[in-house]
Amino acid sequence: MSETAEYYRDRVVTALVMFSIIWAVLGMLAGVYVAAELVWPQLDFGQPWLSYGRLRTLHTNGIVFGFGVSALMATAFYSVQRTSHVPLFAPRLAWVVCYAWQLVVLVGGISLLMGVNASKEYAELEWPFDIAITLAWVGFAVVFFGTIATRRIKPIYVSNWFYGGLIIVIAMLHIVNSLAIPVTLTKSYSLFPGAQDAIVQWWYGHNAVGFLLTGGFLGMMYYFLPKQAERPIWSYRLSIVAFWAFTYSYIWAGPHHLHYNAIPEWVQSLGMVMSLILLAPSWATMINGIMTVSTASEKLKTDPALKFIVLALAFYGLATFEGPMMAIRSVNVISHFTEWTIGHVHSGALGWNALITFGTFYFMVPRLAGRPLHSVKLANIHFWLALAGVMLYILAMWGAGVSQGLLWLSLDELGELRFSFTDIMASTAPYYLLRLVGGTIFLAGAVLMAFNLYMTMAGQATVRVSPPSVAAGEAAA
Amino acid sequence: MNGVGLHKKLEENTGLLIFGILLVSAIGGLVQILPSLFQDSLMTPGENTRVYAPLELVGRDLYIREACSTCHSQQIRSILAEVERYGPYSRSSEFVYDRPFLWGSKRTGPDLHRIGGKYTDVWHEIHLTDPRAVVPDSIMPAYPWLAEREAGADGDIVAKLTALRTLGHPYTDEDIAGADAALEGMTELDAIIAYLQMLGTAFGREEAP
Repeated sequence: MSETAEYYRDRVVTALVMFSIIWAVLGMLAGVYVAAELVWPQLDFGQPWLSYGRLRTLHTNGIVFGFGVSALMATAFYSVQRTSHVPLFAPRLAWVVCYAWQLVVLVGGISLLMGVNASKEYAELEWPFDIAITLAWVGFAVVFFGTIATRRIKPIYVSNWFYGGLIIVIAMLHIVNSLAIPVTLTKSYSLFPGAQDAIVQWWYGHNAVGFLLTGGFLGMMYYFLPKQAERPIWSYRLSIVAFWAFTYSYIWAGPHHLHYNAIPEWVQSLGMVMSLILLAPSWATMINGIMTVSTASEKLKTDPALKFIVLALAFYGLATFEGPMMAIRSVNVISHFTEWTIGHVHSGALGWNALITFGTFYFMVPRLAGRPLHSVKLANIHFWLALAGVMLYILAMWGAGVSQGLLWLSLDELGELRFSFTDIMASTAPYYLLRLVGGTIFLAGAVLMAFNLYMTMAGQATVRVSPPSVAAGEAAA
Repeated sequence: MNGVGLHKKLEENTGLLIFGILLVSAIGGLVQILPSLFQDSLMTPGENTRVYAPLELVGRDLYIREACSTCHSQQIRSILAEVERYGPYSRSSEFVYDRPFLWGSKRTGPDLHRIGGKYTDVWHEIHLTDPRAVVPDSIMPAYPWLAEREAGADGDIVAKLTALRTLGHPYTDEDIAGADAALEGMTELDAIIAYLQMLGTAFGREEAP
């Protein structure tokens, strides 16, 4: 095979980007719908599959596994080729992984609407899906690490450490947390009982957030931010220290989800302390990103892709500060079980994950299509819709959450409860309406992006890009 | 060799990098999570903790099917206001027959750990079929289909009890042989109410927190 015939396998990247956008719109639509059900509970029309519990589970799974993981696969495949100067290893397997994953999300989503639910948060899919996920994930690992193993550049670039961490740690968490005895094809019982099940689940649940929604997307940041800013990463040493500190300390923080619950107190306390320590590597990475972009201020004014990525980094800083604060027991007493948690999750999921993905897609799709973005103006409108939507959303949930938390705990001078649960619930109605407005604005922005990127890609074949020749490869990173 | 030199080895060798990530990320779980899996106190049932009767078990699995734990916790924290509102705080010994656990992470509705015996069966029937008939401000979904379906429709109750016995739940041969009969003539609504009415009853309401 001659050198000139070699090209990056980007068609699978285009497909994954497309699927990711479809899941983003569908997942957010489900989110807006359940938000509306909390304002008007009659909206389920007596249909089991439209019922809040089932649809809300579909919303979280569609966003995390449909939108999020498809975007991570797309960007990992795109960047690992370019940082290794080789085409994807086992490109056919990459296609199998792509379609297997979409099938799991689609059929799994339908099963959730039918009420097939294993009940563990972010791991609701039943055991046959757990096995399918494991197999697809192994395929993902083979393609990714195979590409790295056959690379033509000596060092493995920073972004690949984070994508590698995502693949390895999620595999470990998923396998352990999914251990169960099957009863029928659609029902299983967890291998762990009660309190132990809770401890294992939050080791999984917290670190699915850690290594998928945080670490995976930091991989995205480490490749696409320097690319779009046209600056090298500010500090290579800081990226090393932050990566290993992050990988080591994140895994301990899960039990902060179980403060004052029926689990050993030392486990809770350790979880809290490690959550506070986690602030350091989280912010080190944010500082590294912000300093990288600090000298590219001219571009930051005009370029929508870079604006999305930098704003995402700001929300990342906000969410990774808020998280450790909420892990402090005396704060957690107020925030736990309230809408504050929902606000925190969405400052991460909308503000960080969705915004950086949008920025990355605005970067990638014109390059995949081989022509400029259909409309920079629409992308700028999307930026402001996204910012307004996420701000309204999280402010509404902060307001609702803090008042819920304080009112639930409020005692009068005789030590009696001051408010009934129903009264407090009724008082959150305006916040729920505001949240619905915020979510709808955010969804409208995502629909604009879907249209804009469709118009950019429509009728175009994915551009064939060849890796630099070996000699040139040493010079350009 | 200084730190950067050491790291050069890691970032130039795919196998070492994979091994390094696995090792570093596993430590927390091994030190903090693994010991809990061997801690007897988390596996020992309380004096009155019992396995779920067939109808209650069906009810519990319906609670899971409708994802009730999305909005209702089953975990009373050891905090004064919480004990006043819901009853004695939750003990790990009460959950040893819970697979999976259903503690939840969000209270859009109130905690349900000690809901058992708090309302009558008739109240639950009305509330589950039309929540706003008894709680005007409620935003809970209605579940009209529960009354229309038979509790034993899936025909898997024997398989369920057998699987749980494999995991150490003390079901007798008679329990398993009589399971189908126990569901006879019962609706899904009866099952979920049976479950709600036994929730948290292992620990008496009258006992001091």
